[in-house]
Amino acid sequence: MRLLQERTANQKSSDSPIIQTSVRIMVPFIQLFGLYVIVHGHYSPGGGFQGGVILGASFVLLALAFDLKTSIRYMSESVNNILGNAGVLIFTGVAVLCSLFGGLFLDYSALDVIIPMGPIEWRSFGIFLVEVGVGLAVMSILVSLFWDLGSAGGMDEGL
Amino acid sequence: MKALAFVATLVIGAILLYGTMDFPAFGDPQSPASTHLSSYYIEQAIDETHVPNLVTAILGDYRGYDTMFETVVIYCAGLAVVCVLRRSKP
Repeated sequence: MRLLQERTANQKSSDSPIIQTSVRIMVPFIQLFGLYVIVHGHYSPGGGFQGGVILGASFVLLALAFDLKTSIRYMSESVNNILGNAGVLIFTGVAVLCSLFGGLFLDYSALDVIIPMGPIEWRSFGIFLVEVGVGLAVMSILVSLFWDLGSAGGMDEGL
Repeated sequence: MKALAFVATLVIGAILLYGTMDFPAFGDPQSPASTHLSSYYIEQAIDETHVPNLVTAILGDYRGYDTMFETVVIYCAGLAVVCVLRRSKP
């Protein structure tokens, strides 16, 4: 009890151990659900945009319940930037690859030349690759928008 | 100047609303989109892409350009906010 009092004495008034503990428990499940929504977009409502927003929301939740520094510790800024750029690059790269291997732009069946598993299966798999790219881009851009707008660009504190 | 902008907004809004009057009614089965495109997607999409979720098949394959530039638009928005706001420490 004494320890708890000492620990909470120098915290901000918004730091509630109940909220922080429940967020710490919830975040892995939110991220798992985000991955599920991206990967299961072929069979159920969902896809890159929705799953990316759920993944990004888990980091926003961390930043809200703790502070901005904590969320940056879990997802560093440079990794976030790399993921965002990689997401858009995956999408456009797959599209350009299609035209390089003799098909039309964004015609995934042309990628059959690389791994022969049938043009129709490649259309299905191409959609999956693209959705992963969209998910990565949306997640990192959502998080970086929140960081930049929430701390006015300083990334030290805020909200 | 403000009154002028208000009048311009009203006029352009009225023109746009007038333009929507020629649209087919919402969910009209006789509209061109419903007679040609939707039936083609519903009949062919699973055979052509092996994706049971038609929304994903249309969004990711038939309408790939749309989705790609949606992603690029979001990317540009994020890039602009980072460029304007991000300050590195002195």
